[in-house]
Amino acid sequence: MSYEFLVASAIGVLVAGGIYLALRARTFQVVLGLTLISYAVNLFLFASGRLVVGRPPIWDKAVSDYTDPLPQALVLTAIVITFGMTAFVVILSLRSFLETGSDHVDGDKVPCDAQDGMAGSIAEDGEDTRP
Amino acid sequence: MTLADHLPILPVIIPALAAPIVLLVMRRRPVLGVVVSVASCLTMLATALAMMVQVSDGTILAYAVGEWAAPFGIVLVADRLAAMMLVLTASLALIALLHALVTRADRKGWHFLALFQFQLMGLNGAFLTGDLFNLFVFFEVLLIASYGLMLHGQGSARLKAGVQYVVVNLVGSSLFLIALGMLYALTGTLNMADMGLRVAAVPPEDQGLLRIAALLLVSVFALKAAVAPLHLWLPRTYAVSTPAVAALFAIMTKVGVYSLIRVVPQVFGEGAGAAAWVPAPYLLPAAIVSAVIGFAGVFVARSLSEQAAYAVIGSTGTLLIAVAGWSAGSLGAGLYYLAHSTLAAAALFLVADVVARRRGAFGDNASPGPVFAQRGGVALLFMAAAIAATGLPPLSGFIGKLLILKSVAALPDWGWAWGVILGTTFIGVVGFARVGSAVFWKTAGEGTAPAGPATRADLGAPAIALGLLVALAAGAGWASVYADAAAAQVLDPAQSARAVLTEAGQ
Repeated sequence: MSYEFLVASAIGVLVAGGIYLALRARTFQVVLGLTLISYAVNLFLFASGRLVVGRPPIWDKAVSDYTDPLPQALVLTAIVITFGMTAFVVILSLRSFLETGSDHVDGDKVPCDAQDGMAGSIAEDGEDTRP
Repeated sequence: MTLADHLPILPVIIPALAAPIVLLVMRRRPVLGVVVSVASCLTMLATALAMMVQVSDGTILAYAVGEWAAPFGIVLVADRLAAMMLVLTASLALIALLHALVTRADRKGWHFLALFQFQLMGLNGAFLTGDLFNLFVFFEVLLIASYGLMLHGQGSARLKAGVQYVVVNLVGSSLFLIALGMLYALTGTLNMADMGLRVAAVPPEDQGLLRIAALLLVSVFALKAAVAPLHLWLPRTYAVSTPAVAALFAIMTKVGVYSLIRVVPQVFGEGAGAAAWVPAPYLLPAAIVSAVIGFAGVFVARSLSEQAAYAVIGSTGTLLIAVAGWSAGSLGAGLYYLAHSTLAAAALFLVADVVARRRGAFGDNASPGPVFAQRGGVALLFMAAAIAATGLPPLSGFIGKLLILKSVAALPDWGWAWGVILGTTFIGVVGFARVGSAVFWKTAGEGTAPAGPATRADLGAPAIALGLLVALAAGAGWASVYADAAAAQVLDPAQSARAVLTEAGQ
């Protein structure tokens, strides 16, 4: 199996898993899905400069072959941005859960425990009774 | 180099400097923070106007950041379209900021003014940049600021809508990056002008990839512009945002439209092989559906702010009907309508807030409530904003729609465009009339309204927005000539490629 095939299938599997999770109804899974997608995107961007093994990323008169340094700079930017975004969306969904008492993405008042099959254990209907 | 040579980067620098200053002084001396914010917006407006004067004769200012020559470094490009968008942003920002200060919305949470400046930095940068990856970065800057602004004031409704807004935009950013990666792999450049030249040399076996990349990029812009079927995130987000923020957000959907207008002729123009004019077959149907959905939403909206949010979708649809022709005439008409619809949408959001502030528990619901203070004056403002949003005379919406109707008459699908524009105008008029009569004519419930704001000061910002629309209508001759010239310049990518790839290198 070639190097390209491995990287391509890794990206494909990450995206597939990411899309599946991002389409789930609850915020934690959606956040995980977005993280997987952003990993896949970073790999994809990295591969956009072609996959080259064992070559320096800096052009020099002495070397004839070198790997494209620009995608690495792009990936760095993308990683920083997605990292910040992921941190933000985690805090936001946590805050939303605490405020609305539901971790559903569409904010419906579905009691969280009902989903886990523990509906009987807590009598509340998801209304936020915290101060 | 003199300061004038650095003109194109000033709209990015000014808010980038103002934001941290505001952040630092806000805790101890809030008045100073307000002064800095207002001064920054005024300076931005002056810079944008200066730039507009400089580019109005057709010159294209290309600014190589750090003097790195064009295809390798990041280049900022100021042409007629960019200058127009900068003036629009700065004017809108002043109106939104004024309303936020008058209604004291900036005190409902931390860092409103600093985030506001960062938002402007992202907007200005997105309008100026000539580099696709830099466009992505400025998109992220404006999105991050917009998340903060959207959630400003907190509350469970905002948090619920906020999660959806953030998730949708994160997915959009991922798609943007994938499209960028593909385009870079195919062309070996990220500079828009350079990419436009190199895209013709993409080998035949890669044409399919090129087409996919182009369609991905266009769908990201469509998501930002809230074009059907990618509009579902908008109504809830805009309707629950702080009204001053929603007024500023009126330009956010236009960023998507702007990117479409900027990137498609430049990169995916005639010579782009399989990707030539790639959105063309889909854009008109999508625009028509957006216009219908938007004005249908105006018709059935349950509150004034929801109605304003749907008016944003409808106006974007109308605007894209003009853009979908990709001819200088229809694009020019579209650009005039773009300026108009942004200000009209902002006015609607601000009037909704003015009403909500006076009706206490009734808020801006489209149902009869008690008589409230200054009902006549507010009703007049609402009527003017509704006239602007639907495009009735005498305000500039009428001229904008007339120009669009006239310009699309030369296109093959003009029957659909005419039918939809005229039909949605009618639906919009009925919808605004229904809500207006419920809120301003009917009275339900005994007693007087809860004590609203005693002053008329909060009528100022929407009145200024409407005043600008009057000016746009009065100066329609000059404005439409400018818009036509901007459209012609955008549709001639060779011109900007020359400016970017030769001048910026020197």
